[in-house]
Amino acid sequence: MAHNRPRGLELPAHKAVASTAPIGTAPAPSVAALALDQGSGRAARAVVAPGDRVRVGTRIAVATDPSTTSVHAPVAGRVLAIETRPTPSGDGPCILIENDGSDEREAAPLAWPGLEPAALVAALGDAGMAGYGGAAFPAAPKLAAARRHAARHLVLNGAECEPWICCDDALMRARAHDVVLGAQVLMHAMGAERCTVAIQDDKPEATAAVQAAVEAAADARIAIAAVSACYPAGAERLLLEAVTGIEVPHGTWPSTSGLLCQNVGTAAAAAGVVRGEPVTSRVVTVTGSGVARPGNLYARLGTPVSTLVEACGGYTDRPLRLIAGGSMMGRALATDEVPVTLALNCLLVATAGDLVERGTEYACIRCGDCADVCPTRLLPQQLLRGVVANDPDVLERHGLTDCIECGCCDYVCPSAIPLTARFRAARAEARVRESARWRADDLRDRYARHGQRLEAASEAERRAFENARDRARGQGG
Amino acid sequence: MRFATSPAPFVYAGCSVPRVMFQVLLALAPVAAVQVALYGPGLLLQLAIALPTALACEALAMRLRGREARVALGDGSVLVTAALLALSVTPLAPWWLTFAGVAVAVLLGKHVYGGLGHNPFNPAMVGYAAMLVSFPLAMSRWPVPLDAANTDWPSLAIHSWHAFLGMASPADFDAWTGATALDALRSGLAQRYTMEEIATRSGLGPLAGAGSQWVNLAALAGGACLLLRGVVRWHIPASMLAGLALPAAVMHALDPGAYPGPVFECFSGAAMLGAFFIATDPVTAATSDRGRLAYGAGIGFLTWVIRHCGGYPDGVAFAVLTMNLAAPLIDRWTIPRIHGHPR
Amino acid sequence: MSAADIAGAALLAGGLAVALGAALRRIVAHLPADAGALAARIDALLPQTQCGRCTYAGCRPYAEAIARGEAGTDQCPPGGDDTARALAALLGREPRPVNPAYGEIEGPLVALIDEARCIGCARCLPACPVDAIVGAKKRMHTVIADLCTGCELCLPPCPVDCIAMLPAPAVEHRRVA
Repeated sequence: MAHNRPRGLELPAHKAVASTAPIGTAPAPSVAALALDQGSGRAARAVVAPGDRVRVGTRIAVATDPSTTSVHAPVAGRVLAIETRPTPSGDGPCILIENDGSDEREAAPLAWPGLEPAALVAALGDAGMAGYGGAAFPAAPKLAAARRHAARHLVLNGAECEPWICCDDALMRARAHDVVLGAQVLMHAMGAERCTVAIQDDKPEATAAVQAAVEAAADARIAIAAVSACYPAGAERLLLEAVTGIEVPHGTWPSTSGLLCQNVGTAAAAAGVVRGEPVTSRVVTVTGSGVARPGNLYARLGTPVSTLVEACGGYTDRPLRLIAGGSMMGRALATDEVPVTLALNCLLVATAGDLVERGTEYACIRCGDCADVCPTRLLPQQLLRGVVANDPDVLERHGLTDCIECGCCDYVCPSAIPLTARFRAARAEARVRESARWRADDLRDRYARHGQRLEAASEAERRAFENARDRARGQGG
Repeated sequence: MRFATSPAPFVYAGCSVPRVMFQVLLALAPVAAVQVALYGPGLLLQLAIALPTALACEALAMRLRGREARVALGDGSVLVTAALLALSVTPLAPWWLTFAGVAVAVLLGKHVYGGLGHNPFNPAMVGYAAMLVSFPLAMSRWPVPLDAANTDWPSLAIHSWHAFLGMASPADFDAWTGATALDALRSGLAQRYTMEEIATRSGLGPLAGAGSQWVNLAALAGGACLLLRGVVRWHIPASMLAGLALPAAVMHALDPGAYPGPVFECFSGAAMLGAFFIATDPVTAATSDRGRLAYGAGIGFLTWVIRHCGGYPDGVAFAVLTMNLAAPLIDRWTIPRIHGHPR
Repeated sequence: MSAADIAGAALLAGGLAVALGAALRRIVAHLPADAGALAARIDALLPQTQCGRCTYAGCRPYAEAIARGEAGTDQCPPGGDDTARALAALLGREPRPVNPAYGEIEGPLVALIDEARCIGCARCLPACPVDAIVGAKKRMHTVIADLCTGCELCLPPCPVDCIAMLPAPAVEHRRVA
């Protein structure tokens, strides 16, 4: 049911190398390093101290605001320390837990069909649910927003469009029933009337498995939609448009358009939560020519990625890059001693043959190839002009905030300009400017209320304010 | 284990600026071959002076700007500029004319604005316009193309050599040169001859001028190769030819004696070369697809206007330069709708 | 070309120019010139520090003065050169850096009340344009750092000089759906 000609690139998938074997299980780490920021960008607050004993599933960190998730212990043992460690998204505070091997669990199943939706949302948030698609956005605020805006359509993202990554494919094949159960849980939590599972058409086995699971569950509200195997068809807003035909307006969240998008892994995690298992593990694809036996692994959060590589047969020859993610949007890691986080969907151990070296950088020749492939219909060459000239007007007019940093423009640029890196930096600066603008708006409101208060206030107070103002003007003027 | 890092993405399509330029040069080969076959080896002499001059001027400019010359020389863009200029200029041009034209094109048409990617005007057309305006007589001396009646290529070669060195006399030129088809058209129409009369008086072939129709055909072939390989997109060539053919068709239908038809227009002068190689210069053209359609149509239309209402026999160069001026405004007006923004 | 031709062409061109120019003037004159809307757009660019260094009684009066053409775009030190440039771009004027006569451009500052020295006189409370100081007579006063704009209007009223200006930490202001 694709609504528009897909824009983007058709890339060699490199998925069969890791997706054919069944999902393995990575060994539990001897010391688990739980990052307080599991990939959403802000850190949760630790609620344990060194020396505390925890079981699998004990909550060790709580969410501090809607952009953080709580964290639960993936191993049973003693808290060693809370210190800054390298993580896939940069250095950050981590809780280190020494695994005592007992694997004692805390399990509290939820009688979820009977739970009030709002309580279910809270329970999912308490269990540490966040998006499994790579951005680790907390699930509970999304579900709450969906309730607030009466969003009725849940879309499960099983597209997995980026080359090399196949953890969602493997999950759908092995645990389609959990995906369907999770869909039902999420639908109850947000009050949805229907659910569409979007799967790329290059995954026939996963499609068949999910289809069978839906039929077994006999749930007429859930349907499957095929999306074309084009990168980046799995980007949230593009996927929603392809599946429903609705373009989520710029500057709004999908819930205001009646939609909610969650990764299939998130749905499977929801199924685990109602069984009493808080979020403590995920499927990770370990692939690339630099690893001996590429495959998918169930990995507990906090496992060092070097353990994952060993579980897949170890390094082959000296790999060129260790990439957290896929070959288009992944992040090159400096060391393999980083722990698995919720945002780590793939570990690409790439040799020189897997990658293509960036060519010599030239000036932009305005060829327009970048605009032809941009899935959001931006004009990257004009954005580049705005970035080079540091002109916020040009950047805003050409939609810098709409850039999803997919890397398609970089891929085709004949001048080998690092466009995505430039745009990422410019977006960070734009966020700072936007933050300053919001602050100014709030201050303007406060000043207006201050003025109203003064009008009702005593003469003395008013004179005090004016004197202060006059003295400042005297000093300045 | 530690690893080196670099920013995403980690794979690329493998396209590069030198590859693009090289493919354009390859696509110009048929045009060059046909021109040499019909108009003598003068083109080779022009290329012999144009290419080294272009490289030398580029190196000089980069040195003056305090930059590394190697990268600029390696991208091949200045070779395309020189080749286009050499193809646009008459094969009988003296060496100093081409030298001056290339120098103006590279130094004043490109590096004054900051080098590759920064020039608002097509450098080859800047050089050509400067030469045309400064030396109109020398620029109009095109040889009569070889055909069934005249196959003396070696003599033409000798004459070209003399002309290149500046040693040819006016009598020599009278013996070897003739009006181009567009020249003949202009002067013929001014003298109130009809199209049929002009066709019989001067050498016009089935499509257009006897020689230039083949050159244009070769340019069309080379351009089609570029289209198929994706080096240029169809918007500018199609809209330019449409912008040229439509007014021609209309006026030809209204007054066949005074206006040539669209086929003639599209196969004479620098029409095909302009459509596929000159107007498609990405640096100076509009950006978006809709913008490119407008840009190309403007060039085509202006070419027709200058040919029939203006002071020069062929209008491609000035049409391109004028639309270069308009390109930023066209860009401003044709920003595509971003996903999620209001319709 | 005869003299008559030249004269005719000149008249035509000149006449066209005069006619088009007059038409443009009339169109521009009839465009809604809402000074309030312009002042609001100018105010949207100002940092809302409400400090008065620009010599006007707050950011909005300054914006209105700029809209009336009475004030320059270079009078706002808390906005810095970025704001001065944005104002000039909005109004189509020549961009000028902030005039040091209106104050030095410092980094963002926050006021800190030394609680040991504060006597609870409450004179600083009404001075704050955004009500960032909490307290009451004979009670401890403190500045809510997130709301403080660094305008320094609380410094003069304090009788014991217990307020210090410190560099502000970078605070990211967020909006959540």
